[in-house]
Amino acid sequence: MREIALPPGALPAPPDRDGGGLYAWITSLDHKQIGIMYLITTFAFFIVGGVEALLMRTQLAVPNNTFLGPEAYNQLFTMHGTTMIFLVVMPMLIGLATYVVPLQVGARDIAYPRMNALSLWLLVFGGLLLYFSYLAGGAPDAGWFSYAPLSEKPYTTTTGVDYWILGLLATGIGTIAASINLIVTILALRAPGMRMTRLPLFTWMVLVNSVLILCALPVLNASLVMLLIDRQLNAHFFSPQGGGSAILWQHFFWAFGHPEVYIMVLPAFGIISEVIPVFSRKAIYGYEFVAASTGAIAFLSLAVWAHHMFAVGLGRTADLFFAVASMLIAIPTGVKVLNWCATLWGGAIRFTSSMLFAMGFLAMFTIGGITGVSFTAVPIDWQVEDTYYVVAHMHYVLFGGSAFAVFAGLYYWFPKMTGRMLSEAWGKWHFWLTFVGFNLTFMIQHVLGLAGMPRRVFTYPDLPDWGRFNMISTAGAYLLGFSVLVFLWNVFASLRAGRPAGDNPWNAWTLEWATPSPPPEHNFDLVPPVRGRRPLWDLAHPDRPDPAPAGFYGLGGHVPGPPPGGKALDVSGPRLGMLCFIGTEAIFFVMLILAYVYYHSAAHTGVVAARVLDSGRAGINTVFLIASSATLWLGGKSLEQRRGGALTAWLAVTIILGALFLIGQGREWLTLVRANVTVSRDLFGTTFFTLTGFHGLHVLLGLFLLAMLFGLAVARRFKGPTSAAIEAVALYWHFVDAVWIGIYSLIYLWALAG
Amino acid sequence: MPISPFGNPASPQAAATAQLFRFVLVLGAAVFAVVAGIIIVAAIRFRHRPGQGDPAPDTGRPGIEVVWVGAAALLLLVIFIPTVSTMRAVDPPADRRLPDLVVTGHQWWWEVGYPGLGIVTANEIHLPARRMFLVHLQSADVIHDFWIPSLTRKMDMTPGHATDVWLEADQPGVYLGACAEFCGVQHAWMRIRVIAEPEEAFAAWQQQQRQAPSPPRTPDAVVGASLYHEDTCANCHGTGIGPDLNHLAGRDTLAAGLMPNTPADLARWLKDPQAVKPGSLMPNFHLSDADVQKLVAYLETLR
Repeated sequence: MREIALPPGALPAPPDRDGGGLYAWITSLDHKQIGIMYLITTFAFFIVGGVEALLMRTQLAVPNNTFLGPEAYNQLFTMHGTTMIFLVVMPMLIGLATYVVPLQVGARDIAYPRMNALSLWLLVFGGLLLYFSYLAGGAPDAGWFSYAPLSEKPYTTTTGVDYWILGLLATGIGTIAASINLIVTILALRAPGMRMTRLPLFTWMVLVNSVLILCALPVLNASLVMLLIDRQLNAHFFSPQGGGSAILWQHFFWAFGHPEVYIMVLPAFGIISEVIPVFSRKAIYGYEFVAASTGAIAFLSLAVWAHHMFAVGLGRTADLFFAVASMLIAIPTGVKVLNWCATLWGGAIRFTSSMLFAMGFLAMFTIGGITGVSFTAVPIDWQVEDTYYVVAHMHYVLFGGSAFAVFAGLYYWFPKMTGRMLSEAWGKWHFWLTFVGFNLTFMIQHVLGLAGMPRRVFTYPDLPDWGRFNMISTAGAYLLGFSVLVFLWNVFASLRAGRPAGDNPWNAWTLEWATPSPPPEHNFDLVPPVRGRRPLWDLAHPDRPDPAPAGFYGLGGHVPGPPPGGKALDVSGPRLGMLCFIGTEAIFFVMLILAYVYYHSAAHTGVVAARVLDSGRAGINTVFLIASSATLWLGGKSLEQRRGGALTAWLAVTIILGALFLIGQGREWLTLVRANVTVSRDLFGTTFFTLTGFHGLHVLLGLFLLAMLFGLAVARRFKGPTSAAIEAVALYWHFVDAVWIGIYSLIYLWALAG
Repeated sequence: MPISPFGNPASPQAAATAQLFRFVLVLGAAVFAVVAGIIIVAAIRFRHRPGQGDPAPDTGRPGIEVVWVGAAALLLLVIFIPTVSTMRAVDPPADRRLPDLVVTGHQWWWEVGYPGLGIVTANEIHLPARRMFLVHLQSADVIHDFWIPSLTRKMDMTPGHATDVWLEADQPGVYLGACAEFCGVQHAWMRIRVIAEPEEAFAAWQQQQRQAPSPPRTPDAVVGASLYHEDTCANCHGTGIGPDLNHLAGRDTLAAGLMPNTPADLARWLKDPQAVKPGSLMPNFHLSDADVQKLVAYLETLR
């Protein structure tokens, strides 16, 4: 390790600028600075969420306490959950990924730096919007899961739930954008030689996680939008009084909510998969199985959501299906835990603070996983769900799991980010205080749940042992809060006077350690050759490099590598990003379509689609839209033939056809509204206007994009024969048309069929 | 007072669940012991010693992976089988049997009706010990959840989606329960109790519930009765908006388990319900102390 003299508090400097004042940071497009800003933002929210928790635990310390009333308490538990999930754990892991992944794959920066900044600032904006609710009539108080109809009017008339919806929509969009960014970075920007089977496990798990986010977040966004329309436009998606279904909200929410908990833990698994091998001084045991099990977990996580609904009364078959699926997901998770244990075994373990948190993770997450499996034995769930047993379980996996892993990652990568080591002495104090405080707080909550204490209660009667157990838990919570202060002290003290770190203080093996700490703006002066999973090990041990990966049962290891100097995947950046975006928007539309189908197929009185819809007129609109795809395609052909004038003309025609479609749609809406078919009248209106309305918004966005292309074409900016911008917009426009064909068939043709 | 589901199961269903839980707990503890054991032994045996270089890489064997995937699957199968049989024991099909009880969840009280017996009460369920009752669950507003830990499973009460649950107690006794789905500001004080009685006591209770309460005799109670009607109490209490009060005086608690049913507590409630249970749907009628006293006198006659 080289000793470098560093000025105090060295954080990566922005390019071409001295020092890096606040303005430089705020306007930065550098993934490293954005990553650090993610960590600062999410840590600040962590403290706020922690204070909310301490207030709750104070109220619960004794039975029949009067420290907080029910209104305040209910806002606190809603905000605590929402904050920790959406403003802390998920974005903190994304922030770490934003910093680390480009370095781990040997790239210069993340794929789309401006979109990266957008994701960060949407997080900040969304979080502030959510918290503004405290000042604007009350924070949301219907729980972080906002079950309908409680979250609907007339049961919740304050605006808290609306701020919750809008804040989460903002952060949700930022999260989707960040995931697209990470996927494209990992697929398209890897250093030569870094095949997919040689990816560092943190990067691999971030990749899988990002795909999972693209599947799950649009489900949340669609649900939020539907709830907002219910609340603000008096629609009926989820209110039984209007014919809607409260259970549909639960299905929709948990179809997001369950993958979400895996989204909060997969990158944590990635951190552990980096830390344990490095501090055991041996490569991970069973790389292929750890990697493959990640895919299995992500896939299965989409099939288990209704294990949150065992008490709803969905019927024996549904309950059994989800029980089996949930049991199955324990298998790949167990595979990981055992492989991490096997990595420790036979190693030469160094008990750095990072490693202590990783080993703590292993034990605590196992406990949380075991209690999780206990829920899959459905009658047990019928007793313990909605009690403090669940609260204990979730905190064992989210705090003992994800938060411990985050701390392990922070101790591991802080030297890379700042050029200084965190104090190991303070780190050990931090670990032990956290470990004791955490277990003191949450272990006893298992017992409280088994003793019958429900959750989300602002107080409780003086039943035997309840007071005592709650007091123990509260004491633990205060200890846990104190431990965070110890960590903060460590960070500030180390920034000022920590030992200089050098390039590779841990003697680790992945590419981020092959550059100075902190890295220069362009990340690498020279990327080392990548011939295996541990490039720096291979460099340091040319006599005994890692064995070539045997591949996973013959797959992957023997696939021919990329051409020398070429990228591993020949997909142009904008195209891959646009495909990811289309994929996630498709899922958003699927949700709106599902709502339409669900209500249309249920027997109902009220508006009959066949009578009020004019399929002929809508058919003409459809022709306009399909024609616009054809004209845009012809525009692309003109570009290939370098006929700029023709391109401009085709773009103009496309825009006109698209506008004709929107005008036709608007006229249809007007006709319907005049006939008293509105979004609030009944479920046909609710689902019809939502689905066609969002499609229309997508068309409008497309028109803006096309108008920009038109302007650029008029200014002769397209030299041909290709243009990434035109290709990306074309993909989007064709997608929007394809969605319309689906909607037309579903709504109009189905109505014709009667 | 029996409240712990696994310490004191008091019905065949709760006992079956408790047994399943003990089984899963033992298995889970064993798994944790193995993992914790590996961590602790590795921490001691494989700690880095000064001068020690990096150990030889051991990147794993597919054989071991298959073994422990198999072991995990086997363990889960071992849990799955008793899960299915316990589900059948706890939740046998209702087979078109008419419900003995209809419980309707309201924000934040329980409406309890016995359709076959023509009885309506609130916040308390009386039933004969060792007889299995079928309880039909529904909601008048938001989602609630019916849960008596010592006796029965949780079951959501979702508006628009009625459900059924079995209720039985082995022994006479008082069994506490609570709403277990967050239902708004006073979710914490939507508690319920089940009073299981010997057959004769249950018959006597039934008898009393079906009789109209005897007319008030003391002067205070007579005035109280007319106040009850003048102050529009009957507009809510008797139409399903608020709990039925016809036999209020015989109940153990007030305000869904918030306080014991004593004249002093009743007076406190009537004086200012919002101070006792903020957010509850009973407004403050700004009754004078004198009026409160007379209303209490009247209500105490409603046995």
